[in-house]
Amino acid sequence: MIAGIKAVGMFLYHFFVGDDWTIAAGVVIALAVTAAAAHVIPAWWILPAGALIVLAASVVRSGRGA
Amino acid sequence: MNATALFVTVFLACAVEAVEATTVVLAMGTARHWRSTLTGVAAGLLLLAVIVAALGPAISAVPLDVLRLVVGGLLLIFGLQWLRKAVLRAAGRKALHDEDAVFHQQLAAAEAAGEDRRGLVQDWYSFIVSFKSVVLEGLEVAFIVVTFGANAHDVPVAAAAALAALIVVAAAGVVIRAPMARVPENTIKFAVGVLLCAFGTFWGAEGAGVEWPGADAALLALVPLYAVAAGALVLALRPRTKVSK
Repeated sequence: MIAGIKAVGMFLYHFFVGDDWTIAAGVVIALAVTAAAAHVIPAWWILPAGALIVLAASVVRSGRGA
Repeated sequence: MNATALFVTVFLACAVEAVEATTVVLAMGTARHWRSTLTGVAAGLLLLAVIVAALGPAISAVPLDVLRLVVGGLLLIFGLQWLRKAVLRAAGRKALHDEDAVFHQQLAAAEAAGEDRRGLVQDWYSFIVSFKSVVLEGLEVAFIVVTFGANAHDVPVAAAAALAALIVVAAAGVVIRAPMARVPENTIKFAVGVLLCAFGTFWGAEGAGVEWPGADAALLALVPLYAVAAGALVLALRPRTKVSK
């Protein structure tokens, strides 16, 4: 039973988070900052900028490790 | 959202996953038992259809802002993961997905596995391997179909695109009866990654309360932005060859 729950948990983690957890964490943070800033300043640029920074950091880190 | 963009994104995403599933299915059918293999494929597709049919209306009932925030965020995470792998492969930092190698690995494993008949299924091994391959490769596509379709208020177009991709890839598999090693999988993954990132960013930011300059036209800037940035990362990561004097 516990093994089954663990297996489902691992599957969901890999399905939604994937190989690099920093990507999911970065997107969540960028979305939260966007939501907080949206009522104060034009915040359309925050999410794409955050996503590009997260992608570049992840790729460079993995590329160096290869 | 334009129905053509919806169709193209889902079609490409489904096609690339279907190519990978077809390799496993071909290996099982060739090495073991075609009827059990195809029964496994049918069972897998049926499960995916049930998931889409159940989740589609359920997701469509969620308030639009919440839907766009959550789904946009998830699509952006998926897109960045696809793009990350495609960039690393294109830069030579990660091995390309080799359908020939996968086919021969699966073939060897299938030939070594023992006989096992269960109920109506004559060969359980080929049934279960084909079923798992179709479900695991198809689950992400099912999610894309449901979320793209719900956001665009057009789940039927998304489902039709997935079905069309399945038919095209299955027909190609039947005709060539060999792994589709010549399909430029990494290029397709790169394109799908760019599209998922662009739409995920657009919807996620809208869900967070952003008003895009130019409204829907912002997508026409987001797609080339991600494509150019990912292309630049490929160039930056490619090993530099030294020119001998």
